Amino acid sequence: MALAKRIIPCLDVDKGRVVKGVQFLDIRDAGDPVEIAKKYNQQGADEITFLDITASHEARDTTIHTVEAIASEVFIPLTVGGGIRTVVDIRNMLNAGADKVSINSAAVFNPDFVQQAADKFGSQCIVVAIDAKKVSGPNEAARWEIFTHGGRKPTGIDAVAWGVKMVELGAGEILLTSMDNDGVKQGFDLGVTRAISDAVSVPVIASGGVGNLQHLVDGVERGGADAVLAASIFHFGEYTVPQAKQYMAERGIEVRL
Amino acid sequence: MSSTQVAIIDYGMGNLHSVASAVRHVAPRADVIVTSDSQAIAQADRVIFPGVGAIRDCVAEIKHRGFDKAVAREMASGKPVLAICVGLQALMQSSEENGGVECLSAFEGEVKGFASTPGFNLICDESSHSGERLKVPHMGWNQVQQKQAHPLWHDIDDEGRFYFVHSYYVQTPQSDLVVGQSHYGHNFVAAIAQNNVFAAQFHPEKSHTNGLQLLKNFAEWDGKF
Repeated sequence: MALAKRIIPCLDVDKGRVVKGVQFLDIRDAGDPVEIAKKYNQQGADEITFLDITASHEARDTTIHTVEAIASEVFIPLTVGGGIRTVVDIRNMLNAGADKVSINSAAVFNPDFVQQAADKFGSQCIVVAIDAKKVSGPNEAARWEIFTHGGRKPTGIDAVAWGVKMVELGAGEILLTSMDNDGVKQGFDLGVTRAISDAVSVPVIASGGVGNLQHLVDGVERGGADAVLAASIFHFGEYTVPQAKQYMAERGIEVRL
Repeated sequence: MSSTQVAIIDYGMGNLHSVASAVRHVAPRADVIVTSDSQAIAQADRVIFPGVGAIRDCVAEIKHRGFDKAVAREMASGKPVLAICVGLQALMQSSEENGGVECLSAFEGEVKGFASTPGFNLICDESSHSGERLKVPHMGWNQVQQKQAHPLWHDIDDEGRFYFVHSYYVQTPQSDLVVGQSHYGHNFVAAIAQNNVFAAQFHPEKSHTNGLQLLKNFAEWDGKF
């Protein structure tokens, strides 16, 4: 008996529609979030992550309604991220039925917010999302930095040290996205995944770059991830969640079949 | 089946929407209420005692609102009672979380931290070849070995998976209470039961088909074990 590695389909939602871009650009429509969440639930997904990528504030109510609709029909854990900046934002999402919230830029601008959130709601529902990009040259020791604003703005913050700090402040989980790899389907950045996974005591979700099922295996086996997140390979029907689990199980990874 | 009223005790600690909607989903004829009214709890046919967050705050709120007495009363009433996650932990004697917290002492035993188990950070993860250490919280889908037959296990496979998210676990000297056991570095209590009370460390409301089956079983249970 052992804990299973989790497979998490991710819904990037813009104005009420699931979309997927390549390196945060070139967006394709993938459908209705509630229908897609139900489909993944039926397929045996271990969790669902819902990232609200709509920039505008007026879309927040749409997001809350969509989260409510998903939570009343999907009985697996649901993480909601995107635009979580205040304790009120967190409360609204948890009340709508989210089990965890993912804090991204707000953690960079105000790290104490993570501590405040964890104290108030418990570490178990506070995920810190880290968007990392490799900044070292080919002959240097590998180094990754935190980027904000969809990967456009460097912060000068070391990604591994940042992960450790977030856990100290109360993050219960790290959602690590490689900005270099997101949407390009060449696999996770295993270097930064392994570095952060080894450095922190909480579970790490690897994200960004899955193009085939071996990439999921590599994220766990070589990256040391506790969970793997993917979007395009599931949305556009290249693979189903059961196919992904079967593939991982055949390679000796504990999964929930 | 006659309709049944299920009261979910709301003591101000987090969202009970998931528990309520999961019960409504499996028992559409049940009247599911989320309430902090002791009277309403007393009148319900079944009671769910949930729990989320830090135990110090949970137990403080429970005692502050007088729910320690309500819970004791419901447990003694013979009606089916289901405790979930920190709800289970709150029923033990004490927890080492938050520097030590006296709990409700409905059952003999204590709540310990995974991270404080000697050598826990040296134990290798058994679920892949990656060789990493075990992470805390214990978060995700783990198997539950059914140590005893129980009406709430009806139509659920032995060693079926349920969703867990917790950093502390229950330890009890009364092994006859243990109806479910899981493993994370070492064995730990996944569920205990006595008479009309069933208390689970995992979240049935988040455990897909196995969890929904358990809630359905609870909605139909006569409280006998």
